[in-house]
Formats: sequence, C-alpha cells, structure tokens
Amino acid sequence: MSVDGLVMRYGDKTAVDGLTLDVEPHTITAVLGPNGAGKTTTLETCEGYRRPHQGAVRVLGLDPLKDRKELLPRIGVMLQSGGAWSSARPAEMLRHLSRLHAHPVPVAELMDRLALHECARTPYRRLSGGQQQRLGLAMALVGRPELVFVDEPTAGMDPQIRRTVWELLEELRASGVTVVLTTHYLEEAERLADRVHIIDRGRLVASGSPLELTRGGTVATIRLVLTQPFPPGAPEALAADLGPATELQVLDPVSLQLSGPADASTLAVVSAWCEKHHVLPESLSLGQRNLEDVFLELTGREESI
Amino acid sequence: MSTTFSPAPGAAPLARQVLAQAAMEARLMLRNGEQLLLAVVIPVVVLVGAVRGSERVGISFDDPTVDVMTPGVLALAVMSTSFTSLAIATGFERRYGVLKRLGTAPLSRAALLGGKVGALFAVELLQFAVIGSVGFGLGWSPSIDVVGVLLTLLLGTAAFAALGLLLAGALRAEATLAAANLVYLLLMAGGAVVLPASAYGELGTVMTWLPSGALGEAMRSACAGDLPWRDLLVLAGWAGAGSVLTARTFRWE
Repeated sequence: MSVDGLVMRYGDKTAVDGLTLDVEPHTITAVLGPNGAGKTTTLETCEGYRRPHQGAVRVLGLDPLKDRKELLPRIGVMLQSGGAWSSARPAEMLRHLSRLHAHPVPVAELMDRLALHECARTPYRRLSGGQQQRLGLAMALVGRPELVFVDEPTAGMDPQIRRTVWELLEELRASGVTVVLTTHYLEEAERLADRVHIIDRGRLVASGSPLELTRGGTVATIRLVLTQPFPPGAPEALAADLGPATELQVLDPVSLQLSGPADASTLAVVSAWCEKHHVLPESLSLGQRNLEDVFLELTGREESI
Repeated sequence: MSTTFSPAPGAAPLARQVLAQAAMEARLMLRNGEQLLLAVVIPVVVLVGAVRGSERVGISFDDPTVDVMTPGVLALAVMSTSFTSLAIATGFERRYGVLKRLGTAPLSRAALLGGKVGALFAVELLQFAVIGSVGFGLGWSPSIDVVGVLLTLLLGTAAFAALGLLLAGALRAEATLAAANLVYLLLMAGGAVVLPASAYGELGTVMTWLPSGALGEAMRSACAGDLPWRDLLVLAGWAGAGSVLTARTFRWE
C-alpha cells in the first residue's frame, strides 16, 4: 500500500497536507497522531470512501476508486464506530457479512476468538463499547482479507480483552495478513507495530520501527534516590562534575533527577560521586525513551493523546 | 500452512449476496415493532374499520364496501412498506454507518438495491397474505387480473421506493422519520389510496396523477379484472423521475 503526496481538504481546512507513506506487506503498521492529524481521513481515502484532492493512493496495487470492485473483497475495514443495524445481533450480523464473501472465516470460530458468544443475541444498540469494537473487528476479518484497516481497534476495551485483540492482530500478521491500524495508545503501537508512522497536521513527521524511533534520542533521564539526605553541597558538586550539558534537578532531600546526553560516562560520574560523598543509592533508574516521549517531542502536544 | 485467517478473499456470487441482503433486511423490518404496526396492524384496522364502519354510518359505494376497500388497503400496504418503512430504515442505516460499512463489503450498489427491493417484496407478500385473508373473511369477492396486480405491485413499489430513498438520502434520520410518517398519513387520508379517487369529487382527477392515487386506482382496477394501463404509466413515470433524482442526490453518509 502506498500514499503519495496525498492532500485532502474540508472546506478551507487542510486535513491531509502532502502525506507520503508506505506499508510493507505482511506487517503491522501503526499510524499515530493527535486528534485531527488526518489519520482517519487518510485511512478512509485508502478504503475508497474519499477521492484524493491531490496525490495518489494505491492499495494492493489498485486504485481504491477505479478498481473498487476488485479491491473490496481483498480488504477488511473496521470503522471507528457504528457499521451495524441497531437491532441486529452480533451472530446474525457476522453471518450476514460472511454470506457476502466467497471463503469466509467460520462465524462460530470468529465469535470464539473475540469472545462474542457472551453477546451473540444482544441487539447491537445494547452492546457495550468494547463489545461493539470486537464485533467491528470481527466484521473486518470475516471475509479473509489480505489487508485490514483498523481504526482505533481497542478503544474502550478492558485490558484483558485488549491483550486478546493484540494477540489476534499478531496472529493475522503471522497468517500473512497486512494490518494497518490507527491508535491513540502508544503502548499498542510499541507492542504491535513493525513500523510506525507518526503524522501531525496532515504531514508525516517520523517513520520507523518502534526501536528506531525510540533509539537515538538526545536526552536520557536518570533518577537517583539515596538512603539518606544529601550531604551539604553534594548536589552542586555533582552538577559541577557532570558539566553544563547535564541538567540537575533536586526533587526532595533524598532524590534528584538528571537530564543530559545519553552516554555511559554520566553513570560513571554518578557512581564516583556516590563513593566520594559516602552515600548509597537506594535506587537508580534510567529513563528509557518510549514512543510516548518521541511522540510528544515530535508533535509538541500532550493534551490529545 | 493455512490458518483461520490466511487470506482467501473473494466475493460471493451476486445472486447469493442479493438473497442474503434481502433476507437480512426483511428480518430486521419485521423485527421492528413500529414497522410491523405500519405494515400489518394499521392496514388491517383500516380495512375492518372501514367495512364495519361504513355499514353503521351508511356510506356506500357502487360496489360492496369490502370490494372497494380491500384493494385500497393493499395499495396502502405497498405504500407503507416501500415508502415509509424503507425511508426510515435507510435513514437510520445512513446515520449508524451501516451503508458506509456495507460500502466496503464486496456488495455492489446494484446488489444492495436488489436486496432492499427483495426485502420489500417479501414483506409485501406477507402483507398481501394477511390483508387478503382478512378481506376474504369480510366477504371480498374480487375478479383479479394477476398481471395487473403484479405490475401494480412492481411499479407501485418502484415509485414509492424511489421517493422513500430520495427522502432518506437527503434528510437526517430523525427528519426522515418524521417526514415519511407525515407523508404516509396525509396520503392515507387524502391521497386516493384507500378511498377511490371518485370519492374526492373534482379533486379526484388531480389525485390520480399522484403516485398514491395512481397506485390505489391501479390496484382497484386490477382487482376488478382490468389492466390499468394509464395508472401503471403514471407509476412508471414517478418511478423513473424518483430514481433519477435519488441517484443524483443520495448521500451515503
């Protein structure tokens, strides 16, 4: 799948602004971004719901609009919400969709895998948010697609079910299905995705594996807690030892935090300082950059995660 | 190795899709209490009420009341299902993203429409069975022109379904609900569906150009053994105009 220079506008607002990204087959690719970044618009263009204002989208080598008939059986779509008749029951909804496909997944098995038997006969409108999400995912998978688009697959699910869904998505990849997901949960992208695309204001701001994105950070954080209060002048001495590149912050009488270049010499300095001042660390923790830090650094916004 | 989710994409044959869609929509339509009221209960109440009531208040037609009213109520049933029920159901399908979701299932628009029409015919068949039985119970003695009744059913459904979809594709779901019910009530009372156009005096001629009047007149003629060409042409005209407008204005989301 590829998106090349996609521009999408709503009125005079530009939702997607020259976005270019690729999705490798048989991988899980996460599209991350704050609300309004253009994630859903991009997905919906790939699904053939919208016509690109500029640029081009190819899905499985096909044009989502021109080659619609050929493409539709090959993709599975999970919408962010809705998509079922309000009085339809999960079992009959899945049976119905399965009849539209040539080689569907057996409905009973799909319901097993997504714990849908508990609500097999409950009308859609009375399902919990998590149950609706699971049904939506099942609906995307029932036709045995090559590529699935899942928009916020685990929003509103409890942790246990979320893990079940993660395992299922991993199984899809192992079965040769390509998964494209948008998510608000950075943890989800970090755990599942082979590749992460971070988009902001309709543009791609970073791409890579979670490891590539979290590596190569400029700043490491070390938090030090002592068994006894700092001797007078000791924090200042440490700051002097570390040099101006490292920022030292005293948090309380026994703990401090260092932010500075991520290298081993910082630890050596801290360790020598402890020896010199006869203090013993109760704990010494190294902050690892996670996707959340990367995300915040790149999008510069916190409120929307 | 093949697992549960190994890709094996493919669309089902068109006929199976249409059948599945029709079965699903018919089931949902009959499950809904209000729709069942509209489809069966109101027409039966109208029929029984009119036949029994006219005896009491002394209204009389040229033919026995039940022979005039039963075809009218059959026409009403066609209108309620293909216009009101369809419009409301489709309005909420838009609202709840059902049409959007089906848009990415391997179901063509033609198959979706075919399924909807199939569901309408299934429900109408049921309505005809119930209303016909009640009519016969009340002493209805028609001389049915089978081709005429089938063409009336077909073209009446086409005309009202096109108008119902026109409404549902343009308005919000709640507005569709209100408008579809209001139009139904107005046409039931004053659209020459249940009562013959002749009962409306001078206005009657105008009403036979409305889809409701044409449907009612066609059904009455067909149940009296005539092939109502003129009314069928009017219905075909409404079906054509409605379809063109709907195709131009229908919004899927």
